[in-house]
Amino acid sequence: MKKKALIAAVGVAIVSLLAGCSSTGASSGSTSAATDKPQSQADKPSNCDNKIVYPSATRVSLWGWSPTLPVAVDAFDKAHKDVQICWTNAGAGSAEYQKLSTAIAAGKGAPDVVMLETDHLNSFLIKGALVNLSDYGADKWKSDFSAGTLKDISSNGGIYAIPDDGGPVALMYRKDIFDKYGLTPPKSWAQYAAAAAKLKSAGGPAIGDWPNDTPAFTQAMFAQAGANMFDYSIDKKTSLGVDIDNAASRKVLDYWDDLVQKGEVITTGQSSTDFVSELASGKVATFIAASWEPGHLTGAGFTRGPESPWRVAMLPQWNPGSPVQVNWGGSTYAVTTQSKVPHAAAEVALNLFGHENQQTLGAHFPQHLKAQKASWFVDAEDPFFGGQQANKEVWIPAAHGYKGQGYSPFQDYYYQQITAMLTKTTSGAETSAAGLSKLQATIVSYAKAQGFTVKVK
Amino acid sequence: MTGIGSYAVRSSAPRARATARGRSVRPKITGWLFVAPFALVFLVFLVVPLAYAFWLSLFSKGLATGTTFSGLANYVKAFSDPEFLGGLLFVVVFSVVLIPLQMLVSLAAALVLDTVTTKLARFSRLMIFVPYAIPAVIGALMWGFLYSPGFGPLAQVFALFHASAPNLLGSHDVFGALLNVVTWQWSGYYMIIIYAALQGIDSSLYEAARIDGANQWQIALRIKLPLVASALVLILVFALIGTLQFFTEPQVLAPSSNGVITPSFTPNMYAYNLAFANSQINYASAISFALGLVVFVGVYIFLFATRKKGRIV
Repeated sequence: MKKKALIAAVGVAIVSLLAGCSSTGASSGSTSAATDKPQSQADKPSNCDNKIVYPSATRVSLWGWSPTLPVAVDAFDKAHKDVQICWTNAGAGSAEYQKLSTAIAAGKGAPDVVMLETDHLNSFLIKGALVNLSDYGADKWKSDFSAGTLKDISSNGGIYAIPDDGGPVALMYRKDIFDKYGLTPPKSWAQYAAAAAKLKSAGGPAIGDWPNDTPAFTQAMFAQAGANMFDYSIDKKTSLGVDIDNAASRKVLDYWDDLVQKGEVITTGQSSTDFVSELASGKVATFIAASWEPGHLTGAGFTRGPESPWRVAMLPQWNPGSPVQVNWGGSTYAVTTQSKVPHAAAEVALNLFGHENQQTLGAHFPQHLKAQKASWFVDAEDPFFGGQQANKEVWIPAAHGYKGQGYSPFQDYYYQQITAMLTKTTSGAETSAAGLSKLQATIVSYAKAQGFTVKVK
Repeated sequence: MTGIGSYAVRSSAPRARATARGRSVRPKITGWLFVAPFALVFLVFLVVPLAYAFWLSLFSKGLATGTTFSGLANYVKAFSDPEFLGGLLFVVVFSVVLIPLQMLVSLAAALVLDTVTTKLARFSRLMIFVPYAIPAVIGALMWGFLYSPGFGPLAQVFALFHASAPNLLGSHDVFGALLNVVTWQWSGYYMIIIYAALQGIDSSLYEAARIDGANQWQIALRIKLPLVASALVLILVFALIGTLQFFTEPQVLAPSSNGVITPSFTPNMYAYNLAFANSQINYASAISFALGLVVFVGVYIFLFATRKKGRIV
């Protein structure tokens, strides 16, 4: 009975998706693609990772590494007679960014549409690499995103990328360990530290991990305490506001350094394979993670279903009375200024995940509010968390509380310097105050050398 | 290139003197034709990219500014850049420790294999050489696994004694960890070079030494060692150039090091990360040339100091 209902629901969803896609494809698709200059046969990207359905249509090249892209690209191509996506997986994260940066420097070789994480948008915006999608009808979609998401994808009022996957941050915890030591999910960082002490005195595992090599996470922790490190907008291209050495960041560093000193957290790097094995073997009781992490860990072979020991709770707060939610990672689709078919490319960026459904969703947390409100998403029981309704209980409220943050126009360099600071502060070789003041000095002098007018708050 | 060309001319000189002047040009052209395939590849894939990189290094480009000609300013910046100088200091110290160690290991192995002539020796020779046949990236990945305190064999060994494995890629041990990987990878190759040199020694020398009452130790130290000195110098130059350009192993092990292996850990890694992660192609070119200069000066000084023994210069 239940199974039948599910099949029916999925069926309805597919039908409505196809209907939705083909209708937009037929109307907006034909008009927008027509405004591009005709694409010659030689200009059509080939060597696609997917199968082109309509060979005569305008072809848009796409770089991206999202695991559900094959499904989404096929669905798009089937529904659009005048625009076809030619997708290539050019590597995940920095592997792709390095290729894109090289193509930008060379002046050719970039794809029409590229998958970027929100924290890197400014880094490509300043190179003049991204098209203002507001000129291509993106403003119509504004109501589909939360204010925090809109802040992340906009600069000077223009929308430069269309988000798909978000990264609300929460506290993953091991239910078995929590039960064994009589713990409940901490609501504040004070409770988190108390739980850490309790685990330690009872001979239990470490409460969590404080890595050096995961600066996007560290940055999210700074932001939660109220630090807004950068102020940058594309209309004032050469001016940059910097506020790194502040009380909020110091509070975060001091808090974690204290736990490290007491031996209540481990300091394993999260890009090492060791970390995954430590998560699996119960060496930590909690893991501060973004919504994409369960999908990542499932890929690493973690158990799903009733046996899964993991559950998820809201991120602990500095001030539980006025909670602050943060974002870590998440992906968007932007159109490059090298594209010769920007109208068709914008159509791809807007519509590729514009009608998110159970098939294209994969392990995404959809930034589209429509999908966030859909009952198939809200009520979903996540097998990674033993059937907990993680979306309803945690990820959706965490995403709604997010207000956006400021990113630098040289995010990779900033991240490298955070890691360099943490290797010193976490090992105790440097105090958090000295570390942050050096970090700020390094960033300010780098920004000046790059030609920015720096305003230190 | 010119060496081969002039050789061709020299060998044909007697005949050329006897014939008309016009015909003496032809052997010259033949020489160049022989060299042409190499010269073309050499020009297109080495000289032109080098010249282009040098051209790039003379310009500056900030993220917020356009490209401007800055002459040698990038080089001035490089030699006062603490990240570049720090990386340079690391590779110099690393070379000072690594090269003697490597030479000692490879020399000892070669001397033993040269003296012992059993089937086991031939098998050992192959086994010592095998690490060199493993691609550097694969070798580094493998060592990353062996070093892992979480799930590698170390973890299991230490678990037997109810202890937790040390983090060999932590800030205290990373030097030794990399030293081990490189020694493992290259000693076999150097051993083969020394072994080949040992095989070229006339065995009547050993006979004469034995008649004079020398034992195996004395033969090894007083006869074999001086006669393979030029091979040792060759190895030293190879190792010096290779180590100053250290890149693959730290780059591959960096993700497992929790930030201890920084993007500017060695000058070559610094150049790579500047160019491809931080989009500073001009400054990266300058760093590369600055490193090239340091390597050239280092090798030249060394060859000058050993010119009597080595006869390479």
